[in-house]
Amino acid sequence: MDANTTEVVRQRRELTWASAPLVIYGASRRFVSTSPIGAFAVAFLIVVGLVALLADFIAPYPPLEANYSMLRHSPTASHPMGNDFLGRDVLTRLMFGARTSLIVAFSAVAIGKSIGFSWGIVSGYMGGRFDLFTQRIVEVLLAFPGIILALMLLVALGSGVFTVIIAISIGGVAGSTRVIRSVVLSVKEMPYVDAARAIGATQLRVMLLHVAPQCIAPAMVVASASLGGAIFAEAALSFLGLGVPPPNPSWGNMLNSASNEFLNPLWWMVVFPGMAITFTILAFNLFGDALRDHLDPKLRGGLN
Amino acid sequence: MQQYIMRRILLAIPTIIGVSILIFLVMRVLPGDPLQAMVADDEGGPTSFTEEQKEIILTSLGLNRPLYQQYLSWLLDIARGDLGFSFWRDTPIRETIQRRGPITAEIGIFAVIISWAVGLPVGVIGAIWRNSITDYLSRFSVTFFLAAPSFWLGLGFIVITVIFFTWRPPITLVQLWDDPWRNLQMTLPPAFAVGLGMAAIIARMSRATLLEVFREDYVRTARAKGVGEQMVVWRHVMRNAMLPVITVSGLQLANLLGGSVAVERAFSVPGLGAALAQAMNDRDWMVIQNLVLLFAVIFVVINLIIDLTYALIDPRIRFR
Repeated sequence: MDANTTEVVRQRRELTWASAPLVIYGASRRFVSTSPIGAFAVAFLIVVGLVALLADFIAPYPPLEANYSMLRHSPTASHPMGNDFLGRDVLTRLMFGARTSLIVAFSAVAIGKSIGFSWGIVSGYMGGRFDLFTQRIVEVLLAFPGIILALMLLVALGSGVFTVIIAISIGGVAGSTRVIRSVVLSVKEMPYVDAARAIGATQLRVMLLHVAPQCIAPAMVVASASLGGAIFAEAALSFLGLGVPPPNPSWGNMLNSASNEFLNPLWWMVVFPGMAITFTILAFNLFGDALRDHLDPKLRGGLN
Repeated sequence: MQQYIMRRILLAIPTIIGVSILIFLVMRVLPGDPLQAMVADDEGGPTSFTEEQKEIILTSLGLNRPLYQQYLSWLLDIARGDLGFSFWRDTPIRETIQRRGPITAEIGIFAVIISWAVGLPVGVIGAIWRNSITDYLSRFSVTFFLAAPSFWLGLGFIVITVIFFTWRPPITLVQLWDDPWRNLQMTLPPAFAVGLGMAAIIARMSRATLLEVFREDYVRTARAKGVGEQMVVWRHVMRNAMLPVITVSGLQLANLLGGSVAVERAFSVPGLGAALAQAMNDRDWMVIQNLVLLFAVIFVVINLIIDLTYALIDPRIRFR
């Protein structure tokens, strides 16, 4: 490579980095104009994220402080979402619960999907005995309905934020492995992969630089679609008393304490955390759909 | 076709064996072995076990044998129809399943019926009157019910009935054949809570596939021939659009098994899911082990049946 080419490459690289904000700005404008609903969902999620981040500053009360004069008190002006069975402010706990739920959902999806992503690439690319054997494991993992596998793991590992993340992420590995593997199976037949192999690229290089980039878009679609599922899983596990343990609030365990009073249910303990869960899942679903339409032009403007 | 069925059934066997191995390993090898879990609550207290007592318990439960022996004897017991006992309640697990199984099965079947009865008309109307106000309203509620967790809908249902009607679904176990009316009061509300979410999926799926089929050439041909619109919808469109909807519905039926745990807890319905949730809170390991295996086996069997019916309807699949 002569000095001139190196210089051109260097300039090109600088140009790409300098224009990154512009590219991102352009991409998000396109996203907003093609799918306003998706953009609205993102805006809602940003608000939820900010509330979770800033809960320490904006929450009106400390999340764990009991107030025995306000036990099970219905909403008032100073406690707009009422108080729970220890007199703790429901709005405050909802804000801190957002933090727990989002942390659990994002880390579970990040861990589970990275494992599924790498597993799918290796399994699809290597093929042969490795593929045959590990796909049987995937089948076994897929034979557990819904949250049952996560529940069982939590029984064995004990409850806690960290174990909930592990349980949910293991529950999400198998599905994404399948998706990515099928993408790899079609990508590895492409002529440019053959070309890379023909000029002597190592297996690892082909996998990382030629096959993996093709899987990023589908992986993002899978990941964004499963964020809502992870919020649901955390809520369900904590609702069953096996997830995030009290006293720290999560949306799921707030519903759990609501359901403990099943003879005289407190409507504000049911309505507000449930709304938070539902609308967050809703926003993640809408965002996932919009992202899929955005990244996959084949589907754009198709069925709806 | 027979060959295909045989192949599918044979393929399900290694999956089930793998599932049983995984369950066994999770319950025994991960930190917190069963005995540890059972005595953990009174560690060092006046009621905690001495080393000798622990040894006696381990021997009586067969927990000090090598792992593979424990695993094989577990499978042999199941093959003999002996599912063991609940550690805390001393009731045979088999009896629990026989008593509570019908409740969960009822909820599942009603939920599927509700999901079709609600979801299909909504989807069809949305596809036919596309972009009308009805369509927008139905799409809005579909998106909502896709997101709303069924156990939350259940809690909301109870709050409403308690506050406005001072009534709640019964929580003591009544079988359908003993007292149908009370039994339906117990199983229909959870079936609705689950069924509405499933209905949303069916509505969305049927709307999408109907719109796709409406654009097919043979539909245009039928219209061009002068076939009446009713005939086009029922004969040409519905028939071809229903295949994917049936698949989705079957998958939902299977996922309902997992969902039943939380929904039954929300309604305090004494079904199998509630039994599993209770066992998990009690660390009742034999119950957990056997119920999880049961859930997984039912799941595999339902998936197998869906695949087979699908192959029956669509001949292309058999020859893949």
